[in-house]
Amino acid sequence: MEDEAMFLKQYIQDIWGAIKSLATGMKRTGYYFTHHKEIITQQYPDNRDTLVLPERFKGEVVMIHDENNEHACTGCTACELACPNATIKIITKFDVDAETGKKKKAIDTFVYHLELCTMCNLCVEACPTDAIKMAQTFEHSVFDRSQLTKKLNKPGSKIRAGIE
Amino acid sequence: MFEEVGTTTEGDLIINMGPQHPATHGVLHLVVTLNGETIKNVEPHLGYIHRSIEKMCESLTYRQFIYVTSRMDYLSAHINNHACAMCVEKGLQLEVPPRAQVIRVLMDELTRLASHELWWGAMAMDLGAFTPFFHAFREREVINDIMEETCGARLTMNYMVPGGVMHDLHPNFQQRVKDFLQLYKRKIHEYDELVTGNIIFQNRMKGVGIISPEDVISYGCTGPVARGSGVSSDVRKLYPYEIYDKLEFDEVLEDGCDSFARYMVRIREMQQSVRIIEQLIDNIPDGEFQAKTKAVLKLPKGEFYSKAETARGELGVYIVSEGGTTPYRIKFRSPGFSNLSALNHLVKGGKIGDLIAAMGTLDLVIPDIDR
Repeated sequence: MEDEAMFLKQYIQDIWGAIKSLATGMKRTGYYFTHHKEIITQQYPDNRDTLVLPERFKGEVVMIHDENNEHACTGCTACELACPNATIKIITKFDVDAETGKKKKAIDTFVYHLELCTMCNLCVEACPTDAIKMAQTFEHSVFDRSQLTKKLNKPGSKIRAGIE
Repeated sequence: MFEEVGTTTEGDLIINMGPQHPATHGVLHLVVTLNGETIKNVEPHLGYIHRSIEKMCESLTYRQFIYVTSRMDYLSAHINNHACAMCVEKGLQLEVPPRAQVIRVLMDELTRLASHELWWGAMAMDLGAFTPFFHAFREREVINDIMEETCGARLTMNYMVPGGVMHDLHPNFQQRVKDFLQLYKRKIHEYDELVTGNIIFQNRMKGVGIISPEDVISYGCTGPVARGSGVSSDVRKLYPYEIYDKLEFDEVLEDGCDSFARYMVRIREMQQSVRIIEQLIDNIPDGEFQAKTKAVLKLPKGEFYSKAETARGELGVYIVSEGGTTPYRIKFRSPGFSNLSALNHLVKGGKIGDLIAAMGTLDLVIPDIDR
């Protein structure tokens, strides 16, 4: 008789505990249902204009050009050697200095394959003259694969004076 | 471990679960032999996301190969990079500056928190509860934002380099981590309310997927899977690296041996990670964040091994060097592979529904298993 009473007591306790635990969870869900301000969903792409990425965000490699269309790349290929995926290819040429008439090595094309890049930042770390940096872009979709191969030095740009 | 093909008898049903099954969290292919609802055998088929990372590393220099390891166990990318950087430093006999050591440990623990949170959400989703997934991602998002600000990426950071870390901490880092800890403490009780105390959850987890401490050792399981059976296996405690021997934290041990014990290990481990972060966040020493290294790293001839505790268990990095700029051979001992090998033992004789629950508590990351 006592066993039966104990069993019944335990049985009712279990059911009560189960209902209580479910109600606790539902209460939490209900809390967020009524507190809209605590929801943190971002409305991308509607918030494109206000979206600010941190300055260290690694989106793609770009070459820094100043207002005179001058860059700091000497064509030393340190970045090309540092890259694990052969993302960068530097094609060099020889410029003839107008004053002295000496031949000087300079970059012709800085080829950057975005489709191979893993944004590891090793090229930027390797650059001795800080000529390249990571840009905060992330919408890289294009319609054709060839558009992902980029020329980083702008047309007509030349190396800034004083950088060896 | 695997039974011969052909042990199936009349009336058995063979089901291919995966490689595109949502509950396998990746491209894992399980060949499940069923007798009615009872599981007779589970055979994992691997190789769907094999990228031959070990072979790739042989053609990369000691600076370059670290980024690839972020793609193994992508949820604890920092810790993978950390283990590799430590192994290279061991070869170079390089002393890491104290500031870099503290930054590394801070990042490791934040990664562990983020990883366990994602696991918690995915685990509950495996059992049919969708709400916890969003709750977990809400907190994880804050950690990802902190990572994004300091390391420049959200998942595959490549922040640890031989000799220290790539950048110094962002000026906002300390404040944001403190804010996060406050937020986290305000929200942690929700985890218990939503999932841990839930009667349906408890009934599905308790007494399911049992593995004894002896079997844990013989299968080579590490991390929360081993600690759920009461086997001490925390590399941070047993073989302390960086500054872990100076920190106060407990190795979480549960002796339930079942799915619920493994669940509780991870929940309690999150609190230990918070404890470690709290100790360090106000005590980051000044100084260099990166030791001076040569432009080209050359390891001396020999063999080097280092290990670290990822969110899933013990990750070992073994480098054989011939004295050149690239390793002769690299071997990764990934925790996921050993943990997966215990799956058949966990679920054999159980019901098909418990397979998902047991697999969830193993916290499998498939790219870590295949590499």
